[in-house]
Amino acid sequence: MVLFAGAMIVFFVGAVLLLFIGRAKGANIAGPLFAVVGSVLAMAASIDAIRTGGFELVLPWHFQMGLLHLKMDPLSGYFGLVICLVSGLAAIYGGQYMAAYTKKKQLGVSWSLYLILTASMMLVITAWNGVLFLIAWEIMSVSSFFLVIFESEKPRVLKAGWIYLVATHLGTALLLVMFMILGKNNSYDFNLVQVSATAVTPIFILAIIGFGTKAGFLPFHVWLPEAHPEAPSHVSAVMSAAMIKTGIYGIIRICIFLGPPRASWGWTLIIAGALTGIFGVLSALAQHNLKRLLAYSSVENIGIISIGLGLGFLGLSTGHPIIGALGISGGILHVMNHAVFKSILFLGAGSVLHSIHTPAIEKMGGLMKRMPITGTTFLIASAAICALPPFNGFISEFLIYFGAFSFLYASKGTFSVLASIIVIVSLALIGGLALACFSKAAGIVFLGEPRSFEAKNAHESGIFMRIPMIILAGCCLLIGVFSPYVINFLHPVFETITGHQPIGFTALESAAIPLVMISKTALIIVMVLFLLAALRWYLLKDKTIQETGTWDCGYAAPTSRMQYTASSFAAPITGMFGAVLGSGKELKMDTGLFPIFLSIKTHSKDIFLYLLYRPLFYGIEWAALRLHFLQRGYNQLYIFYIVITLISLLLWVL
Amino acid sequence: MKYIITTHLLFTLILCPVIPGIIQKVKAFFAGRKGKPVLQMYYDWGKLLRKGAVYSRTTTWIFKASPLISVATGIIGVMLVPLGKTPNLLSFPGDMILLVYLFGFARFATVLAALDTGSAFEGMGASREVQFSMLAEPAMLLGLCALSALSGETSMSTMFTSLQAGTRPVLAAAIFIVLLAENSRIPFDDPNTHLELTMIHEVMILDHSGPDLAFIEYGAALKFWIYASLTASLIVPPGFSGEWKSLGAGLIALILVVAAVGIVESVMARLKLTRVPQLLVGATILSLISLILIIR
Repeated sequence: MVLFAGAMIVFFVGAVLLLFIGRAKGANIAGPLFAVVGSVLAMAASIDAIRTGGFELVLPWHFQMGLLHLKMDPLSGYFGLVICLVSGLAAIYGGQYMAAYTKKKQLGVSWSLYLILTASMMLVITAWNGVLFLIAWEIMSVSSFFLVIFESEKPRVLKAGWIYLVATHLGTALLLVMFMILGKNNSYDFNLVQVSATAVTPIFILAIIGFGTKAGFLPFHVWLPEAHPEAPSHVSAVMSAAMIKTGIYGIIRICIFLGPPRASWGWTLIIAGALTGIFGVLSALAQHNLKRLLAYSSVENIGIISIGLGLGFLGLSTGHPIIGALGISGGILHVMNHAVFKSILFLGAGSVLHSIHTPAIEKMGGLMKRMPITGTTFLIASAAICALPPFNGFISEFLIYFGAFSFLYASKGTFSVLASIIVIVSLALIGGLALACFSKAAGIVFLGEPRSFEAKNAHESGIFMRIPMIILAGCCLLIGVFSPYVINFLHPVFETITGHQPIGFTALESAAIPLVMISKTALIIVMVLFLLAALRWYLLKDKTIQETGTWDCGYAAPTSRMQYTASSFAAPITGMFGAVLGSGKELKMDTGLFPIFLSIKTHSKDIFLYLLYRPLFYGIEWAALRLHFLQRGYNQLYIFYIVITLISLLLWVL
Repeated sequence: MKYIITTHLLFTLILCPVIPGIIQKVKAFFAGRKGKPVLQMYYDWGKLLRKGAVYSRTTTWIFKASPLISVATGIIGVMLVPLGKTPNLLSFPGDMILLVYLFGFARFATVLAALDTGSAFEGMGASREVQFSMLAEPAMLLGLCALSALSGETSMSTMFTSLQAGTRPVLAAAIFIVLLAENSRIPFDDPNTHLELTMIHEVMILDHSGPDLAFIEYGAALKFWIYASLTASLIVPPGFSGEWKSLGAGLIALILVVAAVGIVESVMARLKLTRVPQLLVGATILSLISLILIIR
């Protein structure tokens, strides 16, 4: 508790002091310093909460709807750990990343907002009172909005910011309604929450949509690919790796309040997750902007988390505690895993952006030689996000797969068997597409020949930008190899979630055997690789090794423009799914006998943004314009409206 | 018990290069030629391992690491997959998931190595590889799904031992199609042609030479052996009781599978590239049908 309080004080003091620094260079040292100290303290508090059950803090401060009640249980501790890990490391990175803006921008304000964002995320996961939760939620949304529009002089950035602000507030509006239903007996304290049987389903639906907007579930994901690419890269990392997870936290927390899981929740989460995952990764594959690609891939991973949780709930509700345990542990572990590799990817993308000043994948290439550390860590993270062993992504997906395979036989002959088939097929599809997507991202960006002048002159980023990426890449491998310990450590977290069925997690022992075997296999892989490398070295010891150009079938003047591009690499798959991706192309041709110019431009639009939201908001705008006649600008008229409203309300009550 | 596991492992590691030889012989038989010797691949190796290497200036460490990764995943794969009813070194509940993703790892490395050269041809091969494997993966996992539902087991060894029912042929057909796709055989890919526009796997390794190429060939042979053992284990009749006996039966079945690949290559032409996805979706549907038959 002392640690947590200390962390909050550090964040708060930092946020206030940094406001006075302004544009000076010092902000880039002071900001990260406060963030790191606060994060380390909060991380210690989180680890302590996972291990010992946490603390409860009730401050005797009566505001409108109850006490200032904070509580950190293992579940909050786990999310706290994820948030602080990302925020701390991203801050170290950000210190150097933001150096380019010294004297040009209000750095002090930006860092102050960064501290507020981290503190508010910690507050969201510890708030034990509905009103307090909403206040923290709102601070989180607003501070991240201001961080997104850091480069607000660009119209594109501002537009992205607006989309984010609107989306997040629509989500919050639903959450407001949800907490009002939850706190029906005028008490919003989570200890006093009582849910009547009829209210369970509406609350669940509101939670899925409200929190799902933050997390990025399918039709509500549209803000992610707009906002994440425009934010400064360390902020994108925090938003994508940590902030959207608060949506997942919210869903889990509300589900705990709603009592024993129901089969319908499981089904909802599995189907939503499968659609979100497949759509997310397909869209990611079609992007030409590196950070946009990563944002869509976050949507995909939220889908995987949701599939895991859904399978867990379905298992628990149909009386298969083992499967419940596997699904939930897989989903929860994926929260951490995604945070780790997605922050590497965003930080890596930031380094590339920093170095060549464009996020366009088609302008990159050959960066591995120029930025070896960034390239290698990006590659490791790409392997991890494709769930390849021996990295961490595989462990969480394995747990979900294993749960689904076990469920297949356990629920033979019932309707739920269909759920496990959906889980397996969608995970397999997501896996294959993710491999395509990230071999494109890593391969086209870092390998081959540079595709532009800027890429040719790229340079490795500074030491403080590299250290966080190296630490996180180490985490990828360590979690992958020592997974049994990680699962063991997170035991209390899983138990908090299945609090209603405490028998469940002795069942995780059955997952322990495969995990131990997987970590053995991972060690064997590493060993075999070393042996083979030694063999290769021995074989080539005194042989002639030549260096030449790439073999291109005898063509005399190869240029880097002859390489496969990102769009051509993805074209076969995006072509297959063209209808979902809203892809189009513009072909400009010279029809003469000796054509001198030829250009092709491919792009894909988010069909939900263009076919769902755009018409919707145009409709609202149209309706608003039709009502324009009510607004005349006379005070008397407005008072008249108020009187009419009051009278009609009075009549309604009578 | 220990002896048989060790024998199986050593057998596989030493004998897997015979497989391409057998295929070549079958094809030669159909064409009325004498054909290359069965042991041709060993000779090729001897030659390649004694050579130096040529690297493109464009490449990085990935290009050199990728052959090692192919072999390493192949070796681990051999430890995971049973042949007939032979138990295996690494067998645990859920091992088939690890197997599928290990091959994913090898594929990732190969694709990146191809992109590392910056060659248009290799980029094309890489692009096709990820497209087809993305379609083959659901077919494979659904096939395993059916196996798992049929036997109630999640480990490959126990899966095959406790397998009794009669949906085996459908499943074997599905896995066989995946085998052809994943090992880049006709009708998906032609391992013989060096016409860049038709190639998938071969074009990705165009720039490898010397020991690196030998490693890649060995990794490919191991991968072929693994898929062939999976198919073979499905067609071994369930009657064999002894372990040695079932290993023998498994080997015979494996040779039959390999011969079948040779026959397919002799009587079929490579499919048009645009038709390949249809065949893969067909395999997925075969897997799905067997799954529905099992769980109905």
